[in-house]
Amino acid sequence: MFLEVNDLTVDFHTEDGVVHAVDGLSFEVDRGSTLGIVGESGSGKSVTNLAILGLHNPDTAKLSGSIKLDGHELLGAPQRELEKLRGNKMAMIFQDPLTSLSPFHTVGQQIAEVYRKHKGVSKSVARERAIEMLDRVGIPQPKIRVDEYPHQFSGGMRQRAMIAMALVCDPGLLIADEPTTALDVTVQAQILDLLRDLQEQTGTAIIMITHDLGVVANTAHDVLVMYAGRAVERGTMREVLREPRHPYTWGLLGSMPSLNHPVDVPLEPVRGTPPSLINVPPGCPFHPRCDYAKLLGPGVCTGERPELSPHRGHGDACYLPLKQKAELRSQHGKQPGKEAS
Amino acid sequence: MLRFLTRRVLGALVILLIISAVTFFLFYAIPADPARLACGKVCPPETLEQARHNLGIDQPLMVQFVSWLAGIFVGRDYGGLGHCPAPCLGFSFVNRAPVFETIIDRMPVTIALTIGAAVIFLIFGVATGIVAALRQGKPLDKIASVSSLIGASVQIYFVGTLAMYFFVYQIQVFRQPKYIPITEDPLGWFNGLLLPWLVLALIFTANYTRITRSTMVENLNEDYVRTARAKGMSGRSVVLRFALRGALTPVITIFGVDLGTLIGGAIITETTFGLQGIGRLAVRAVDYSDLPTLMATVLLAAGAIVVMNVIVDSLYAVIDPRVRLS
Ligand SMILES: Nc1ncnc2c1ncn2[C@@H]1O[C@H](COP(=O)(O)OP(=O)(O)OP(=O)(O)O)[C@@H](O)[C@H]1O
Ligand code: SF4
Ligand SMILES: [Mg+2]
Repeated sequence: MFLEVNDLTVDFHTEDGVVHAVDGLSFEVDRGSTLGIVGESGSGKSVTNLAILGLHNPDTAKLSGSIKLDGHELLGAPQRELEKLRGNKMAMIFQDPLTSLSPFHTVGQQIAEVYRKHKGVSKSVARERAIEMLDRVGIPQPKIRVDEYPHQFSGGMRQRAMIAMALVCDPGLLIADEPTTALDVTVQAQILDLLRDLQEQTGTAIIMITHDLGVVANTAHDVLVMYAGRAVERGTMREVLREPRHPYTWGLLGSMPSLNHPVDVPLEPVRGTPPSLINVPPGCPFHPRCDYAKLLGPGVCTGERPELSPHRGHGDACYLPLKQKAELRSQHGKQPGKEAS
Repeated sequence: MLRFLTRRVLGALVILLIISAVTFFLFYAIPADPARLACGKVCPPETLEQARHNLGIDQPLMVQFVSWLAGIFVGRDYGGLGHCPAPCLGFSFVNRAPVFETIIDRMPVTIALTIGAAVIFLIFGVATGIVAALRQGKPLDKIASVSSLIGASVQIYFVGTLAMYFFVYQIQVFRQPKYIPITEDPLGWFNGLLLPWLVLALIFTANYTRITRSTMVENLNEDYVRTARAKGMSGRSVVLRFALRGALTPVITIFGVDLGTLIGGAIITETTFGLQGIGRLAVRAVDYSDLPTLMATVLLAAGAIVVMNVIVDSLYAVIDPRVRLS
């Protein structure tokens, strides 16, 4: 596997206490495939991916576990080594392309400097490369646009420029942290198409972080559902979206607009609020919000923490027997979470 | 960019004109008779009348203002009392010389004092601000914030006098402050100004440390700084090329104000150290009711601030393309 994350833990030491932002997370992504990471706000998606790039402040963030990129251990690697990998072997694009691009430098400068830094080429070669990249991500008149500033670009164009910057060195791994959230719907679809096309050409592994299960359905091969810094369900896109197993995933699916969703039934977000990450509920962290905990005996969901099982393939972290979940699903149609309450 | 500059310069000229008018009318409303000064100690009434005429103060105020303005471009002749070549800001009968000449004579002192101190407090203040921002909450940051608190709360005459007493008279590591033209003796120039520079810098640095620190802390959390790190830029380049770039604007703003204020005359500093700059000139002009000189120094002070403003505005445009292109 190109990227292997094993038992990753990220703790932030704050004045209020230790924030367990990521706890025992494992996943892998292969070349040419896309892993969608979904979960509510605060579930640790960004923290996980900033950990892969090594961007956490070592004074406050304590990391453990293992992150291997193409066989090389990244966790604990010196900053100098990580600097050589960032932008070169692994790259990231962010949610808001306006604030994520420097207002002080032209789009061309920002793309070219990555190429120069990692490939050691001359200014003019890097500039040519920047123009080529702008062309590849579908920016018209790249020879003129290369000298413009981000604020002269439209939102969609800025995100394209961001993608050009991320891919200029042909990285093996691209992390996209909600790359379309700040864009309007038609532009969203274009950006996702672009990422898919580029992935076909280059075989980049992509991690697609999103709240939007529609984006997952459109782009991901595999899906990881995160709750309170842990993986609660993992599987292929089809498995997770068609036969979701974890009650939290049911809730997420129930909160998602879909074509066959009746218009007169309002969408409901998952009931309740995300737990504190300083005092994570014992046992299954989802139990305070879960309607099915009562189906199991008392103390089951609040005792030991459920692990992802089975270890390979489609797995989830919940004590409900698989058979019972299948029944619940068929009882309530495709989205059991919604009717259950 | 050129249009931007022209607009700013034209605006500045208008402001200067307004300031001259205001100071002119303000000062000439003061019931001091310049003619009596011009005429001398023993002054018969008819000579006084003649002096009034030669000075033009028997004319209506508006006419006086226009001739004063015209003097700047073509010079003025005060009958037999004195001649004042362009640019004429008036003729001082206390100094028996055109005001402009005196100003030009004193200017190097004030400029040397200002620039020397400014170089120190700008570099030192920004550098400590950056270090404090990078070491948030660590001992170095705390030391910087405590010392900037001290620096911000002391007064120049207090520190200045203390420093003079201690460093010059007691342990004698510094020379008695004194202005020696740089063209005459560069080392003497430097030694003569070193103590005033350091004392001024001590007081001003605090502000720069504080402002640089807070904007750097803010900027280090900007998304584009995170992007720069995410694409593998080295720590130093992230700090200097990305975060500092954004922090420059507020620093330049106060730097412009400080520089303008100091060039207009560091009255207290010059008095404390006995330097004969513009500030001392202004004080003397007040003592002797030397209106033309006083007015020129006020105008100079205002002018310095206006000019610094234009420079600061243009620098904004250089630093931030969003200003330039909007
Ligand atoms: N530097 C930090 N110090 C302390 N806590 C942090 C820090 N960074 C993140 N956290 C906490 O970690 C948790 C996970 O944050 P993260 O940004 O990964 O969520 P997310 O899943 O990306 O959410 P969103 O969908 O809103 O982007 C949050 O509760 C957040 O408050
Ligand atoms: S383990 Fe219990 S609380 Fe957790 S999701 Fe399953 S049923 Fe709900
Ligand atoms: Mg996030």
